[in-house]
Amino acid sequence: MQKFSAFELFKQGLNGQAGWKPQWRSPEPKAAYDAVIIGGGGHGLGAAYYLAKQHGMRNIAVLEKGWLGGGNTGRNTTIIRSNYLFDESAGLYDHSVKLWEGLSQELNYNVMFSQRGVMMLAHTVHDVQVFKRHVHANRANGVDNEWLSPEEAKAYCPPLNISDNMRYPVLGAALQRRGGTARHDAVAWGYARAADDLGVDIIENCEVTGIRRNAAGAVEAVETTKGLIRTPKIGVSAAGHTSVVLGMAGVRLPLESYPLQALVSEPIKPVFPCVVMSNTIHAYISQSDKGELVIGAGTDIYTSYTQRGGLHISQHTLEAICELFPAFRRMRMLRNWGGIVDVTPDRSPIVAKTPVPGLYVNCGWGTGGFKATPGAAHTLAWTIAKDEPHPINAPFTIERFRDGHLIDEAAAAAVAH
Amino acid sequence: MLLITCPHCGPRPELEFVHGGEAHIARPAQPEALNAEEWTEYLYMRANPKGLHAERWRHLHGCARFFNALRDTTTDQFVVTYKTGEARPDLKGPAA
Repeated sequence: MQKFSAFELFKQGLNGQAGWKPQWRSPEPKAAYDAVIIGGGGHGLGAAYYLAKQHGMRNIAVLEKGWLGGGNTGRNTTIIRSNYLFDESAGLYDHSVKLWEGLSQELNYNVMFSQRGVMMLAHTVHDVQVFKRHVHANRANGVDNEWLSPEEAKAYCPPLNISDNMRYPVLGAALQRRGGTARHDAVAWGYARAADDLGVDIIENCEVTGIRRNAAGAVEAVETTKGLIRTPKIGVSAAGHTSVVLGMAGVRLPLESYPLQALVSEPIKPVFPCVVMSNTIHAYISQSDKGELVIGAGTDIYTSYTQRGGLHISQHTLEAICELFPAFRRMRMLRNWGGIVDVTPDRSPIVAKTPVPGLYVNCGWGTGGFKATPGAAHTLAWTIAKDEPHPINAPFTIERFRDGHLIDEAAAAAVAH
Repeated sequence: MLLITCPHCGPRPELEFVHGGEAHIARPAQPEALNAEEWTEYLYMRANPKGLHAERWRHLHGCARFFNALRDTTTDQFVVTYKTGEARPDLKGPAA
Protein backbone atom coordinates (compact mmCIF):
# COMPACT_ATOMS: atom_id res chain seq x y z
CA MET A 1 0.00 0.00 0.00
CA GLN A 2 1.19 3.47 -0.88
CA LYS A 3 1.43 5.17 2.53
CA PHE A 4 0.17 8.72 2.83
CA SER A 5 2.57 11.14 4.54
CA ALA A 6 3.93 14.65 4.18
CA PHE A 7 7.13 13.20 2.75
CA GLU A 8 5.21 11.11 0.18
CA LEU A 9 3.22 14.19 -0.83
CA PHE A 10 6.44 16.14 -1.32
CA LYS A 11 8.04 13.29 -3.28
CA GLN A 12 5.02 12.95 -5.56
CA GLY A 13 5.04 16.72 -6.01
CA LEU A 14 8.44 16.49 -7.67
CA ASN A 15 6.75 14.32 -10.28
CA GLY A 16 3.70 16.54 -10.76
CA GLN A 17 1.56 14.32 -8.47
CA ALA A 18 1.42 11.79 -11.31
CA GLY A 19 2.61 8.78 -9.31
CA TRP A 20 -0.47 8.05 -7.23
CA LYS A 21 -2.06 4.66 -7.77
CA PRO A 22 -5.70 3.59 -7.28
CA GLN A 23 -6.35 3.09 -3.57
CA TRP A 24 -7.92 -0.33 -4.00
CA ARG A 25 -8.23 -2.98 -6.73
CA SER A 26 -11.45 -3.70 -8.64
CA PRO A 27 -11.29 -7.51 -8.86
CA GLU A 28 -13.80 -9.90 -10.35
CA PRO A 29 -15.33 -12.17 -7.70
CA LYS A 30 -13.72 -15.55 -7.03
CA ALA A 31 -15.85 -18.71 -6.99
CA ALA A 32 -15.60 -19.06 -3.22
CA TYR A 33 -14.57 -17.12 -0.12
CA ASP A 34 -14.21 -17.90 3.61
CA ALA A 35 -16.65 -15.08 4.36
CA VAL A 36 -18.70 -12.57 2.40
CA ILE A 37 -19.89 -9.18 3.65
CA ILE A 38 -23.02 -7.82 1.96
CA GLY A 39 -22.97 -4.03 1.89
CA GLY A 40 -20.02 -1.77 0.99
CA GLY A 41 -20.67 1.11 3.32
CA GLY A 42 -18.54 2.05 6.30
CA HIS A 43 -20.03 -0.71 8.45
CA GLY A 44 -19.43 -3.50 5.90
CA LEU A 45 -15.98 -2.35 4.76
CA GLY A 46 -14.97 -1.86 8.38
CA ALA A 47 -16.11 -5.38 9.25
CA ALA A 48 -13.99 -6.75 6.39
CA TYR A 49 -11.01 -4.74 7.61
CA TYR A 50 -11.29 -6.03 11.18
CA LEU A 51 -11.86 -9.61 9.98
CA ALA A 52 -8.62 -9.40 8.01
CA LYS A 53 -6.64 -7.37 10.53
CA GLN A 54 -7.66 -8.89 13.86
CA HIS A 55 -8.99 -12.34 12.97
CA GLY A 56 -6.65 -13.34 10.14
CA MET A 57 -9.44 -13.96 7.61
CA ARG A 58 -7.88 -12.74 4.36
CA ASN A 59 -9.91 -14.74 1.81
CA ILE A 60 -13.03 -12.61 2.08
CA ALA A 61 -15.09 -10.28 -0.10
CA VAL A 62 -17.32 -7.24 0.28
CA LEU A 63 -20.25 -7.12 -2.16
CA GLU A 64 -21.77 -3.72 -2.91
CA LYS A 65 -24.71 -3.30 -5.27
CA GLY A 66 -23.83 0.33 -6.11
CA TRP A 67 -20.64 2.23 -5.32
CA LEU A 68 -18.69 2.32 -2.07
CA GLY A 69 -20.27 4.52 0.56
CA GLY A 70 -23.16 5.41 -1.76
CA GLY A 71 -25.85 4.41 0.71
CA ASN A 72 -26.35 5.81 4.16
CA THR A 73 -22.59 6.25 4.67
CA GLY A 74 -22.72 9.04 2.10
CA ARG A 75 -26.13 10.38 3.08
CA ASN A 76 -25.94 11.04 6.82
CA THR A 77 -25.06 14.22 8.70
CA THR A 78 -21.83 12.75 10.16
CA ILE A 79 -22.63 13.36 13.82
CA ILE A 80 -20.69 11.26 16.33
CA ARG A 81 -21.62 10.97 20.02
CA SER A 82 -22.10 8.33 22.70
CA ASN A 83 -24.39 10.01 25.26
CA TYR A 84 -27.01 7.24 25.27
CA LEU A 85 -28.93 6.41 28.42
CA PHE A 86 -28.63 2.69 29.02
CA ASP A 87 -25.51 0.74 30.04
CA GLU A 88 -25.61 -1.51 26.96
CA SER A 89 -25.84 1.49 24.61
CA ALA A 90 -23.15 3.46 26.41
CA GLY A 91 -20.87 0.43 26.04
CA LEU A 92 -21.47 0.05 22.31
CA TYR A 93 -21.50 3.71 21.28
CA ASP A 94 -18.54 4.69 23.45
CA HIS A 95 -16.61 1.73 22.06
CA SER A 96 -17.14 3.44 18.72
CA VAL A 97 -16.03 6.87 19.90
CA LYS A 98 -12.82 5.35 21.29
CA LEU A 99 -12.14 3.68 17.94
CA TRP A 100 -12.89 6.95 16.11
CA GLU A 101 -10.23 8.66 18.24
CA GLY A 102 -7.48 6.47 16.77
CA LEU A 103 -8.97 5.72 13.36
CA SER A 104 -7.01 8.14 11.16
CA GLN A 105 -3.71 6.78 12.53
CA GLU A 106 -4.84 3.16 12.32
CA LEU A 107 -5.95 3.43 8.69
CA ASN A 108 -3.27 5.92 7.58
CA TYR A 109 -6.21 7.87 6.17
CA ASN A 110 -7.48 11.21 7.41
CA VAL A 111 -11.11 10.61 8.37
CA MET A 112 -11.23 14.21 9.64
CA PHE A 113 -12.65 13.20 13.01
CA SER A 114 -13.26 16.49 14.78
CA GLN A 115 -14.27 16.42 18.45
CA ARG A 116 -15.94 19.81 18.35
CA GLY A 117 -18.64 18.87 20.85
CA VAL A 118 -22.28 17.84 20.48
CA MET A 119 -24.76 20.05 22.30
CA MET A 120 -28.36 18.94 22.85
CA LEU A 121 -30.84 21.70 23.63
CA ALA A 122 -33.53 21.48 26.29
CA HIS A 123 -36.68 23.51 25.62
CA THR A 124 -39.12 22.27 28.25
CA VAL A 125 -39.04 21.29 31.91
CA HIS A 126 -39.35 17.69 30.78
CA ASP A 127 -36.33 18.09 28.48
CA VAL A 128 -34.32 19.52 31.37
CA GLN A 129 -35.14 16.58 33.61
CA VAL A 130 -34.46 13.99 30.91
CA PHE A 131 -31.14 15.52 29.87
CA LYS A 132 -29.93 15.90 33.46
CA ARG A 133 -30.75 12.23 33.94
CA HIS A 134 -28.71 11.51 30.82
CA VAL A 135 -25.77 13.53 32.15
CA HIS A 136 -25.73 11.55 35.38
CA ALA A 137 -26.25 8.16 33.68
CA ASN A 138 -23.51 8.90 31.15
CA ARG A 139 -21.01 9.99 33.81
CA ALA A 140 -21.75 6.84 35.82
CA ASN A 141 -20.81 4.89 32.68
CA GLY A 142 -17.61 6.87 32.12
CA VAL A 143 -19.08 8.79 29.17
CA ASP A 144 -18.46 12.55 29.31
CA ASN A 145 -21.55 14.76 29.34
CA GLU A 146 -22.18 18.01 31.17
CA TRP A 147 -25.05 20.37 31.85
CA LEU A 148 -24.88 23.96 30.54
CA SER A 149 -27.03 26.97 31.39
CA PRO A 150 -28.46 28.91 28.40
CA GLU A 151 -25.68 31.50 28.80
CA GLU A 152 -23.02 28.79 28.84
CA ALA A 153 -24.62 27.20 25.77
CA LYS A 154 -24.51 30.56 23.98
CA ALA A 155 -20.87 31.01 24.94
CA TYR A 156 -20.09 27.58 23.45
CA CYS A 157 -22.15 28.26 20.30
CA PRO A 158 -22.44 32.03 19.66
CA PRO A 159 -25.03 31.88 16.82
CA LEU A 160 -27.55 30.31 19.22
CA ASN A 161 -30.69 32.30 20.04
CA ILE A 162 -31.37 32.12 23.78
CA SER A 163 -33.92 34.94 23.99
CA ASP A 164 -37.10 34.16 25.90
CA ASN A 165 -39.46 35.28 23.13
CA MET A 166 -39.13 32.03 21.16
CA ARG A 167 -41.98 29.56 21.04
CA TYR A 168 -39.66 27.03 22.72
CA PRO A 169 -36.91 29.01 24.50
CA VAL A 170 -33.60 27.32 25.30
CA LEU A 171 -33.63 26.33 28.98
CA GLY A 172 -30.23 24.66 28.97
CA ALA A 173 -28.18 22.09 27.13
CA ALA A 174 -26.28 18.84 27.57
CA LEU A 175 -22.80 18.95 26.05
CA GLN A 176 -20.65 15.98 25.12
CA ARG A 177 -17.25 17.49 24.33
CA ARG A 178 -15.84 14.24 22.89
CA GLY A 179 -18.63 14.17 20.32
CA GLY A 180 -18.25 15.76 16.91
CA THR A 181 -18.16 14.97 13.21
CA ALA A 182 -16.06 13.07 10.67
CA ARG A 183 -15.75 13.00 6.90
CA HIS A 184 -18.20 10.29 5.83
CA ASP A 185 -16.64 9.31 2.48
CA ALA A 186 -13.19 9.11 4.03
CA VAL A 187 -14.40 6.50 6.51
CA ALA A 188 -15.59 4.19 3.73
CA TRP A 189 -12.53 4.86 1.56
CA GLY A 190 -10.09 4.50 4.46
CA TYR A 191 -11.51 1.13 5.47
CA ALA A 192 -11.68 0.02 1.82
CA ARG A 193 -8.04 0.90 1.17
CA ALA A 194 -6.83 -0.77 4.36
CA ALA A 195 -8.96 -3.89 3.79
CA ASP A 196 -7.83 -4.17 0.16
CA ASP A 197 -4.22 -3.98 1.33
CA LEU A 198 -4.88 -7.03 3.52
CA GLY A 199 -6.23 -8.99 0.52
CA VAL A 200 -9.96 -8.33 0.83
CA ASP A 201 -11.77 -8.32 -2.54
CA ILE A 202 -14.07 -5.29 -2.80
CA ILE A 203 -16.63 -5.88 -5.54
CA GLU A 204 -18.81 -2.96 -6.60
CA ASN A 205 -21.90 -3.09 -8.84
CA CYS A 206 -22.60 -6.59 -7.55
CA GLU A 207 -26.09 -7.00 -6.15
CA VAL A 208 -26.99 -10.02 -4.06
CA THR A 209 -30.14 -11.65 -5.48
CA GLY A 210 -30.36 -14.79 -3.34
CA ILE A 211 -28.90 -16.68 -0.40
CA ARG A 212 -28.51 -20.45 -0.75
CA ARG A 213 -28.72 -22.76 2.25
CA ASN A 214 -27.61 -26.40 2.47
CA ALA A 215 -29.60 -29.39 3.71
CA ALA A 216 -28.67 -28.58 7.32
CA GLY A 217 -30.04 -25.06 6.88
CA ALA A 218 -26.66 -23.30 6.99
CA VAL A 219 -25.65 -20.76 4.35
CA GLU A 220 -23.53 -22.13 1.50
CA ALA A 221 -23.56 -19.46 -1.21
CA VAL A 222 -24.83 -16.09 -2.38
CA GLU A 223 -26.37 -15.56 -5.79
CA THR A 224 -25.31 -12.24 -7.29
CA THR A 225 -25.56 -10.27 -10.51
CA LYS A 226 -21.93 -11.37 -11.07
CA GLY A 227 -22.65 -15.07 -10.53
CA LEU A 228 -22.72 -17.59 -7.71
CA ILE A 229 -20.23 -17.15 -4.86
CA ARG A 230 -19.77 -19.99 -2.37
CA THR A 231 -19.15 -19.11 1.27
CA PRO A 232 -19.83 -20.63 4.69
CA LYS A 233 -20.25 -17.23 6.40
CA ILE A 234 -22.25 -14.17 5.40
CA GLY A 235 -22.31 -10.86 7.27
CA VAL A 236 -25.08 -8.46 6.30
CA SER A 237 -24.61 -4.69 6.71
CA ALA A 238 -27.32 -3.55 4.33
CA ALA A 239 -29.01 -0.81 6.43
CA GLY A 240 -32.45 0.00 4.98
CA HIS A 241 -32.41 -3.11 2.77
CA THR A 242 -31.70 -5.59 5.56
CA SER A 243 -35.26 -6.95 5.59
CA VAL A 244 -34.96 -7.65 1.85
CA VAL A 245 -31.57 -9.40 2.12
CA LEU A 246 -32.44 -11.51 5.16
CA GLY A 247 -35.77 -12.37 3.56
CA MET A 248 -33.70 -14.26 0.95
CA ALA A 249 -32.63 -16.61 3.77
CA GLY A 250 -36.13 -16.82 5.23
CA VAL A 251 -35.34 -14.68 8.29
CA ARG A 252 -37.95 -12.18 9.49
CA LEU A 253 -36.81 -9.14 11.45
CA PRO A 254 -38.41 -6.51 13.67
CA LEU A 255 -37.47 -3.75 11.22
CA GLU A 256 -39.25 -1.05 9.27
CA SER A 257 -37.47 1.13 6.68
CA TYR A 258 -38.12 4.88 6.61
CA PRO A 259 -36.77 7.75 4.53
CA LEU A 260 -34.56 10.15 6.51
CA GLN A 261 -33.69 13.43 4.87
CA ALA A 262 -30.81 15.85 5.17
CA LEU A 263 -29.82 19.05 3.42
CA VAL A 264 -26.88 21.42 3.05
CA SER A 265 -26.69 25.16 2.58
CA GLU A 266 -24.46 27.19 0.32
CA PRO A 267 -20.89 27.23 1.72
CA ILE A 268 -19.97 30.12 3.99
CA LYS A 269 -17.03 31.12 6.16
CA PRO A 270 -16.66 29.35 9.53
CA VAL A 271 -19.50 30.50 11.78
CA PHE A 272 -20.60 27.39 13.58
CA PRO A 273 -18.15 25.81 16.05
CA CYS A 274 -19.95 22.65 17.18
CA VAL A 275 -22.91 20.32 16.57
CA VAL A 276 -26.30 21.41 17.93
CA MET A 277 -29.27 19.06 18.20
CA SER A 278 -32.79 19.83 19.29
CA ASN A 279 -35.17 16.95 19.80
CA THR A 280 -38.16 19.03 20.82
CA ILE A 281 -38.23 21.31 17.80
CA HIS A 282 -36.75 18.72 15.45
CA ALA A 283 -33.47 19.78 13.97
CA TYR A 284 -29.75 19.26 14.10
CA ILE A 285 -26.99 21.27 12.50
CA SER A 286 -23.25 21.51 12.09
CA GLN A 287 -20.88 23.14 9.60
CA SER A 288 -18.75 21.01 7.31
CA ASP A 289 -15.11 21.84 6.62
CA LYS A 290 -16.21 22.94 3.14
CA GLY A 291 -18.37 25.56 4.83
CA GLU A 292 -21.82 24.14 4.17
CA LEU A 293 -24.29 24.01 7.01
CA VAL A 294 -25.32 20.35 7.30
CA ILE A 295 -28.89 20.02 8.53
CA GLY A 296 -31.11 17.07 9.37
CA ALA A 297 -34.18 16.10 11.34
CA GLY A 298 -36.62 13.24 11.89
CA THR A 299 -37.84 10.62 9.43
CA ASP A 300 -40.82 10.83 7.12
CA ILE A 301 -43.93 9.21 8.58
CA TYR A 302 -44.30 6.26 6.19
CA THR A 303 -42.09 3.29 5.30
CA SER A 304 -40.38 3.54 1.92
CA TYR A 305 -37.37 2.53 -0.17
CA THR A 306 -37.40 5.59 -2.44
CA GLN A 307 -34.48 7.59 -0.89
CA ARG A 308 -36.61 10.73 -1.29
CA GLY A 309 -39.21 11.81 1.28
CA GLY A 310 -41.47 14.85 1.32
CA LEU A 311 -40.30 18.45 1.03
CA HIS A 312 -42.52 19.56 3.91
CA ILE A 313 -40.31 17.56 6.29
CA SER A 314 -37.29 19.63 5.25
CA GLN A 315 -39.34 22.82 5.50
CA HIS A 316 -40.35 21.95 9.06
CA THR A 317 -36.69 21.37 9.90
CA LEU A 318 -35.63 24.71 8.45
CA GLU A 319 -38.30 26.53 10.43
CA ALA A 320 -36.69 25.15 13.58
CA ILE A 321 -33.20 26.12 12.39
CA CYS A 322 -34.32 29.69 11.62
CA GLU A 323 -35.87 29.98 15.08
CA LEU A 324 -32.73 28.74 16.83
CA PHE A 325 -30.26 30.60 14.61
CA PRO A 326 -31.90 33.75 13.21
CA ALA A 327 -28.65 34.69 11.44
CA PHE A 328 -29.24 31.82 8.97
CA ARG A 329 -32.68 33.01 7.84
CA ARG A 330 -31.48 34.46 4.55
CA MET A 331 -29.27 31.54 3.60
CA ARG A 332 -30.07 29.35 0.63
CA MET A 333 -30.12 25.58 0.68
CA LEU A 334 -28.13 23.86 -2.07
CA ARG A 335 -29.20 20.23 -1.97
CA ASN A 336 -31.45 17.89 -0.06
CA TRP A 337 -31.63 14.12 -0.26
CA GLY A 338 -32.91 11.04 1.53
CA GLY A 339 -31.54 7.76 2.79
CA ILE A 340 -33.41 4.67 3.94
CA VAL A 341 -32.97 3.83 7.61
CA ASP A 342 -33.98 0.56 9.24
CA VAL A 343 -35.70 1.20 12.55
CA THR A 344 -36.25 -1.34 15.36
CA PRO A 345 -39.11 -1.12 17.87
CA ASP A 346 -36.73 -0.14 20.70
CA ARG A 347 -34.51 2.10 18.53
CA SER A 348 -31.44 0.06 19.39
CA PRO A 349 -29.46 -1.88 16.78
CA ILE A 350 -29.11 -5.60 16.18
CA VAL A 351 -25.53 -6.90 15.85
CA ALA A 352 -25.89 -10.62 16.20
CA LYS A 353 -26.07 -14.17 14.92
CA THR A 354 -29.31 -15.07 13.18
CA PRO A 355 -31.32 -18.32 13.46
CA VAL A 356 -29.58 -19.42 10.22
CA PRO A 357 -26.11 -20.94 10.85
CA GLY A 358 -23.38 -18.88 9.18
CA LEU A 359 -25.57 -15.81 8.72
CA TYR A 360 -24.78 -12.71 10.79
CA VAL A 361 -26.51 -9.36 10.76
CA ASN A 362 -25.68 -5.77 11.65
CA CYS A 363 -28.81 -3.66 11.30
CA GLY A 364 -31.43 -1.57 13.01
CA TRP A 365 -29.22 1.48 13.51
CA GLY A 366 -32.15 3.66 12.53
CA THR A 367 -31.27 7.32 12.26
CA GLY A 368 -27.91 7.05 14.02
CA GLY A 369 -25.67 4.46 12.38
CA PHE A 370 -22.78 6.62 11.17
CA LYS A 371 -21.48 7.37 14.66
CA ALA A 372 -21.28 3.64 15.32
CA THR A 373 -19.34 2.73 12.16
CA PRO A 374 -16.10 1.51 13.80
CA GLY A 375 -17.80 -0.13 16.77
CA ALA A 376 -20.41 -1.92 14.67
CA ALA A 377 -17.76 -3.08 12.21
CA HIS A 378 -15.46 -4.28 14.99
CA THR A 379 -18.11 -6.23 16.89
CA LEU A 380 -19.67 -7.68 13.71
CA ALA A 381 -16.24 -8.94 12.61
CA TRP A 382 -15.73 -10.52 16.04
CA THR A 383 -19.15 -12.19 15.88
CA ILE A 384 -18.50 -13.59 12.39
CA ALA A 385 -14.99 -14.83 13.19
CA LYS A 386 -15.78 -16.49 16.51
CA ASP A 387 -19.42 -17.41 15.84
CA GLU A 388 -20.30 -15.73 19.11
CA PRO A 389 -20.81 -12.08 20.04
CA HIS A 390 -18.25 -9.79 21.65
CA PRO A 391 -19.38 -8.85 25.21
CA ILE A 392 -20.11 -5.32 23.91
CA ASN A 393 -22.65 -6.43 21.29
CA ALA A 394 -23.95 -9.47 23.18
CA PRO A 395 -27.13 -7.66 24.39
CA PHE A 396 -28.02 -6.53 20.85
CA THR A 397 -29.66 -9.75 19.66
CA ILE A 398 -32.82 -10.44 17.67
CA GLU A 399 -34.02 -12.64 20.57
CA ARG A 400 -34.20 -9.67 22.95
CA PHE A 401 -37.63 -8.90 21.50
CA ARG A 402 -38.84 -12.41 22.35
CA ASP A 403 -37.26 -12.38 25.80
CA GLY A 404 -38.33 -8.88 26.77
CA HIS A 405 -34.79 -7.55 27.22
CA LEU A 406 -35.39 -4.42 25.17
CA ILE A 407 -32.79 -1.67 25.18
CA ASP A 408 -35.39 1.00 24.95
CA GLU A 409 -33.63 4.07 23.63
CA ALA A 410 -36.81 5.13 21.79
CA ALA A 411 -37.34 7.94 24.26
CA ALA A 412 -33.79 8.05 25.51
CA ALA A 413 -31.83 8.34 22.26
CA ALA A 414 -32.44 12.07 22.54
CA VAL A 415 -33.23 12.44 18.87
CA ALA A 416 -36.52 12.47 17.06
CA HIS A 417 -37.44 9.19 15.40
CA MET B 1 -45.99 15.62 -0.24
CA LEU B 2 -48.18 12.62 -0.96
CA LEU B 3 -51.77 12.98 -2.09
CA ILE B 4 -53.77 10.33 -0.26
CA THR B 5 -57.29 9.26 -1.11
CA CYS B 6 -59.28 8.70 2.06
CA PRO B 7 -62.07 6.21 1.24
CA HIS B 8 -64.45 8.43 3.23
CA CYS B 9 -63.34 11.97 2.30
CA GLY B 10 -61.52 11.72 -1.06
CA PRO B 11 -58.04 13.00 -1.96
CA ARG B 12 -56.30 15.06 0.74
CA PRO B 13 -52.69 16.14 1.40
CA GLU B 14 -50.40 13.93 3.49
CA LEU B 15 -50.31 16.50 6.30
CA GLU B 16 -53.84 15.48 7.32
CA PHE B 17 -52.83 11.85 7.88
CA VAL B 18 -50.81 9.70 10.22
CA HIS B 19 -49.25 6.40 9.22
CA GLY B 20 -50.47 3.37 11.14
CA GLY B 21 -47.96 0.68 10.17
CA GLU B 22 -48.51 -2.69 8.51
CA ALA B 23 -52.17 -3.63 7.95
CA HIS B 24 -54.02 -6.88 8.55
CA ILE B 25 -52.17 -7.77 11.76
CA ALA B 26 -55.07 -9.04 13.85
CA ARG B 27 -54.85 -9.12 17.61
CA PRO B 28 -54.81 -12.81 18.63
CA ALA B 29 -58.22 -14.09 19.68
CA GLN B 30 -56.70 -15.92 22.63
CA PRO B 31 -53.61 -13.96 23.70
CA GLU B 32 -53.02 -16.20 26.72
CA ALA B 33 -52.63 -19.22 24.42
CA LEU B 34 -49.65 -17.73 22.54
CA ASN B 35 -46.07 -18.73 23.26
CA ALA B 36 -43.17 -16.24 23.26
CA GLU B 37 -42.37 -16.74 19.56
CA GLU B 38 -45.96 -16.11 18.52
CA TRP B 39 -46.15 -12.98 20.68
CA THR B 40 -42.90 -11.72 19.16
CA GLU B 41 -44.31 -12.31 15.68
CA TYR B 42 -47.48 -10.40 16.54
CA LEU B 43 -45.85 -7.50 18.37
CA TYR B 44 -42.58 -6.89 16.55
CA MET B 45 -41.96 -8.81 13.32
CA ARG B 46 -42.84 -6.88 10.16
CA ALA B 47 -42.78 -7.73 6.45
CA ASN B 48 -41.19 -4.38 5.49
CA PRO B 49 -41.50 -5.25 1.77
CA LYS B 50 -39.74 -3.52 -1.10
CA GLY B 51 -42.77 -3.28 -3.38
CA LEU B 52 -46.48 -3.46 -2.59
CA HIS B 53 -47.18 -2.81 1.08
CA ALA B 54 -50.57 -3.16 2.77
CA GLU B 55 -50.63 -0.51 5.48
CA ARG B 56 -52.96 1.41 7.77
CA TRP B 57 -53.46 5.16 7.56
CA ARG B 58 -55.56 7.40 9.74
CA HIS B 59 -57.18 10.58 8.42
CA LEU B 60 -56.50 12.31 11.73
CA HIS B 61 -57.23 15.89 10.67
CA GLY B 62 -60.30 14.93 8.64
CA CYS B 63 -62.77 12.19 9.45
CA ALA B 64 -60.28 10.72 11.97
CA ARG B 65 -61.02 7.21 10.71
CA PHE B 66 -58.54 4.43 10.00
CA PHE B 67 -58.40 2.85 6.56
CA ASN B 68 -56.03 0.61 4.61
CA ALA B 69 -53.93 1.23 1.53
CA LEU B 70 -51.78 -0.67 -0.92
CA ARG B 71 -48.73 1.44 -1.69
CA ASP B 72 -45.61 0.64 -3.69
CA THR B 73 -42.64 1.38 -1.41
CA THR B 74 -40.29 1.70 -4.39
CA THR B 75 -42.24 4.65 -5.83
CA ASP B 76 -44.55 5.75 -2.97
CA GLN B 77 -47.44 5.45 -5.43
CA PHE B 78 -50.79 4.54 -3.84
CA VAL B 79 -52.34 1.72 -5.86
CA VAL B 80 -55.62 1.57 -3.96
CA THR B 81 -57.13 2.60 -0.63
CA TYR B 82 -59.93 0.63 1.02
CA LYS B 83 -61.97 0.62 4.19
CA THR B 84 -60.95 -1.14 7.37
CA GLY B 85 -62.43 -4.62 7.51
CA GLU B 86 -62.28 -5.18 3.76
CA ALA B 87 -59.93 -7.86 2.45
CA ARG B 88 -56.64 -6.88 0.84
CA PRO B 89 -57.26 -6.39 -2.91
CA ASP B 90 -55.61 -9.08 -5.00
CA LEU B 91 -53.09 -6.99 -6.93
CA LYS B 92 -49.63 -7.98 -8.05
CA GLY B 93 -48.09 -4.59 -8.74
CA PRO B 94 -48.78 -0.92 -9.44
CA ALA B 95 -51.60 -0.20 -11.89
CA ALA B 96 -49.93 0.37 -15.25
